[in-house]
Amino acid sequence: MHRYLRTLARFWSASLAAEMEYPANFVLELLAEVGNLAGSLFVLSLLYGPGQSLGGWSWNAALVVLGFYTLLEGLTSTLFQPNLSTIVTHVQNGTLDFVLLKPIDSQFWLSVRTFSPWGLPGMAMGVGLILVAALRAGAVLGPGTVAAAAVLLLASAAILYSLWFVIAATSIWFVKVWNATEVLRSTLVAGRYPVSVYPAGLRAFFTFVLPVAFLTTVPAEAVLGRASGSWMAASVVVAAACLVISRAIWRYALRFYTSASS
Amino acid sequence: MTAPREPRARAVWPLVRVLLSTQYAYMLEYRAEIALWALSGVLPLIMLGVWSGSGAGEAAGFTPAMLTRYFLAAFVVRQFTVVWVIHVFEEDNLQGRLSPYLLQPLHPFWRYLAAHVAEQVTRVPFVAALLALLFLLQPSLLWWPQRADVFWGVLATVAAFILRFLLQGVIAMACFWSERALALERLLLIPYLFLSGLVAPLETFPPGVRAFALATPFPYTVAFPARVLMGAEVNLGAGFLGLALWSGLFLILFLVLWRAGIRRYSAMGA
Repeated sequence: MHRYLRTLARFWSASLAAEMEYPANFVLELLAEVGNLAGSLFVLSLLYGPGQSLGGWSWNAALVVLGFYTLLEGLTSTLFQPNLSTIVTHVQNGTLDFVLLKPIDSQFWLSVRTFSPWGLPGMAMGVGLILVAALRAGAVLGPGTVAAAAVLLLASAAILYSLWFVIAATSIWFVKVWNATEVLRSTLVAGRYPVSVYPAGLRAFFTFVLPVAFLTTVPAEAVLGRASGSWMAASVVVAAACLVISRAIWRYALRFYTSASS
Repeated sequence: MTAPREPRARAVWPLVRVLLSTQYAYMLEYRAEIALWALSGVLPLIMLGVWSGSGAGEAAGFTPAMLTRYFLAAFVVRQFTVVWVIHVFEEDNLQGRLSPYLLQPLHPFWRYLAAHVAEQVTRVPFVAALLALLFLLQPSLLWWPQRADVFWGVLATVAAFILRFLLQGVIAMACFWSERALALERLLLIPYLFLSGLVAPLETFPPGVRAFALATPFPYTVAFPARVLMGAEVNLGAGFLGLALWSGLFLILFLVLWRAGIRRYSAMGA
């Protein structure tokens, strides 16, 4: 465990140093994040007519959901996307061989090798939005609420990671799966809004097939202090199941990996 | 290096045929990927779900049936106005593939345009299948547009595609000067996403924002063709005039920047 932590620190400090070579990126990414958030807020404001609620959620409560979405999107561009997109490249170029030969778990290596700091402003904005909106919604952020929210946030991060990782792992069979991650990304946009907004069929889809509900709605309810025990338990169970499945699929996929040009 | 000379009129038709048929064969090879691309355009359908759960559409005079039609039409328009020319151009530029293209007596962008058209043709069955599946799951969504609406709607969609192609072409010219052209495109995607009508009908915008949006080229790329397709009352003349004016402006910008960029490209000896 200690070895893994030390390796992680090395990985991230190295990639941080590499990324700092391009300071202009920071301004561009910040502009993009601010623009995206402003646009999302604008659309949300359109959905809330005068004195209306959306799927039973007040304006401020819906902002908490949007905050979680922004936070998770920042996490995706900081960790998931840069790392998991390279799995595809490794498979295409046959360099996955070298990763498998390393004296460290291959899933760990592939999942955390790089770190892109440009998603951090988005994550900070997400946290800020969650806090401001929760306080304005009248939530009491006691230690119990914060702990529950933290656990559920970890669970949603684990679910999101597993979704990305499983799709990237299928590149061992299908090689070019980059488009599949685009499909995932474009569907996860649904997490910008509380899941109760959607019609019944879509709501079931976003809960049982693609667990968007557990990504943003359930943590938001925890912050607002109204999450039910069963939803919280379900969230943790889904997260654990997703992690186990992602691990199993990776092991299974490796049995089919026969290096490049074969 | 001078700009490549255009082929003589006599030779144009075989050229178009060869370009399109080779690009179509190429795209057919990648049909699984194109199916996934088609699937990744679900945003208007998700937004349909959100809007139908909100009363704000009706407050703006959109009945549930109109909302459905609007977002289904926006979905179709979006499917056939996807443009990725900046990605190909950047790669060709960086990998040095642009140099042999420049030696050919054909502007490289005709090749990209042919690839886009071929991709759209490959996309047709997937979009049809997606719509069929949608109607199967939710038969109430089904509606048959008027023949005239389809005609003008298709024309407006093609014009919207050309406008988007030219706009991205202008941005792609930044590749001659910078390695960050893609970042520009990423920034441009934000107003496209929120002002084009892809995530919300323009009628629901506050008047000030709406006037601002209408002063940009973005509503012509989704909202106008979608409204024509859904059979809403639209000023066809004004819409097509807007499309033509913006396209003309971007075409001129593109040609000017291309000339300057090509001069720079050869000057670097790259």
